[in-house]
Amino acid sequence: MTFALALEQLLNGLQLGVMLFLMAAGLTLIFGVMGLINLAHGSLYMVGAFACATVAAWTGSFWLGLIASLACAAAAGAIVELLVIRRLYDRDHLDQVLATFALILIFSEGTRWMFGSFPLYLDIPPLLQGAVALPGGTQYPLYRLAIIAAGAVVAFALYLLISRTRLGIRIRAGESDREMIGALGVDIRTLYTVVFALGAALAGFAGAMVGALQSVQVGMGEPVLILAFVVIVIGGIGSIKGALLGALLVGVIDTMGRFLLPKVFVLFVPPSQAGMIGGALASMLIYIVMALILAVKPRGLFPPAHA
Amino acid sequence: MSRETVVNLILAVLLLAVPLLANAVGQPFYITLATRIAILALAATGLNLALGLGGLVSFGHAAFFGIGGYAAGILATHGFSGDPLIFGLSGTNLMPVIWLVAAVTAGLAGLAIGAISLRTSGVYFIMITLAFAQMVYYFAVSWPAYGGEDGLSILVRNQFPGVNSMRPLSFFLICYVVLLVSIGLFALIRASRFGSALQAARQNPVRVATVGIRPFRIRLTAFAISAMMTGLAGALFADLNRFVSPSMLSWHMSGELIVLIILGGTGRLFGPLAGAALYVIIEYALGGITERWQFFLGLILLGVVLFARGGLLGFVTGKARHG
Repeated sequence: MTFALALEQLLNGLQLGVMLFLMAAGLTLIFGVMGLINLAHGSLYMVGAFACATVAAWTGSFWLGLIASLACAAAAGAIVELLVIRRLYDRDHLDQVLATFALILIFSEGTRWMFGSFPLYLDIPPLLQGAVALPGGTQYPLYRLAIIAAGAVVAFALYLLISRTRLGIRIRAGESDREMIGALGVDIRTLYTVVFALGAALAGFAGAMVGALQSVQVGMGEPVLILAFVVIVIGGIGSIKGALLGALLVGVIDTMGRFLLPKVFVLFVPPSQAGMIGGALASMLIYIVMALILAVKPRGLFPPAHA
Repeated sequence: MSRETVVNLILAVLLLAVPLLANAVGQPFYITLATRIAILALAATGLNLALGLGGLVSFGHAAFFGIGGYAAGILATHGFSGDPLIFGLSGTNLMPVIWLVAAVTAGLAGLAIGAISLRTSGVYFIMITLAFAQMVYYFAVSWPAYGGEDGLSILVRNQFPGVNSMRPLSFFLICYVVLLVSIGLFALIRASRFGSALQAARQNPVRVATVGIRPFRIRLTAFAISAMMTGLAGALFADLNRFVSPSMLSWHMSGELIVLIILGGTGRLFGPLAGAALYVIIEYALGGITERWQFFLGLILLGVVLFARGGLLGFVTGKARHG
């Protein structure tokens, strides 16, 4: 185990964390403003990836694909909000879970219908191909660094949007008192649609970025969705700051756990078993961390003050 | 007799009559279908205890279902090979022993998961139960000793003393009796002082706390009993398929169990059975027409949630009873 290898894994963890943040930010925003739990958020991630792969295959340009992923995911989000989600705001969480679970079935099977069961592939754009030399001498893919940078830019933009713009003021007002901002003349229904579409666009963007690293296939959103749930539970549901911290924590712990735990167990047990125990424990590690955090702070690290 | 009681009786009789008829005319496939209904109904009855009576929306009951399944699979594997399991104890192929182990293991898991999850409520509870179930799922996938991702086959279906469990009808009857006993237990619990406290804790936890009952303990007990019932169903499900795999632990399974309850009618005695029957029939009927049956299942489910909140029993008996 060398320093360079550890650094590489740390960067991988950061990259995972940044992608998780894009998912978790949308989820937590939607929950914070509308009080809605959206299981279908992973489907919007998938929509973004499929849109990007399809448009990139047509036009040969990853960048057009990326724009398409934002547009398609936002449009899909807006349509779903208008047709279905809107009717769920006044319902209990059980109904929300079920309706959005139904949406997952519809999205997944619908996508399989349109695109077939075979995964699509998305190439990394030429501009971002290649590798960068890290201190310590190893090469690290430029594209993964670009993902980290893109995530950081989006996180900053989101911060500016929420703290500095009129829309952001309305979103924050919606989080603290829905009836009041309705009474003050803000069209709350449109605001909800906009917030949902914004969350969807973030998910779609994440899907498109990750699509170039993995294959684009039906069901790709579900593992990410569940990790994003862990993130917002750790961070405190409704808190963007919590989502950012939680996402980086989960990304780094998960990646480093998979890398380090088998090596730690080698010190105690025979290597064949160390891989098995370490691997099994590493796959459970973030859930254990989540349980520990909740045992101390049941509402997450940054619980929203008003809830 | 109320209308709901009549409907319940019809459901119970139908579930028994169809396999008997199928056996008489030599169509064992329908017996398997009915067995599937009975087992899923049992699993959902367990969940209904937590979700329907206690208002605890557990999105992680697949964990208990799968733990029960793996208990059956692992005991049967050791019973078959003769290798000792732990502490020198050997495996077994006797269903009553397997059921006991499955229920107790699932119950202990329920206690552990519940003890942490029940400190929270609402959306947190939904997500945390989901996350714990995923933890068990990933453990099963990455632990190679019992098949890992490939799952575990049970070579010969486990035995019940005095019954030839390999006959489809006999196995169905075993599951049917277990289901009826469990539904009876559910009714007993619902009518008991404990059940009243549990339902009161759902409706108004503050008031329950004010009269000196801690909602946490009541809920934890209910959650553990609920896990035991679902675990028992998992053991039977493993024996039905003679196969256990991590898919029993997947979050789709958790979602399906909730769907069964909602399709049938939340908190109702025979809601899970009605829902399971409806679900398996929809799956079978749509699956015969189109390969894309999940798409239409999603549409049906969406329709039920948005427009028909009482589920099948609510529709038939005409009285809305939700949450």
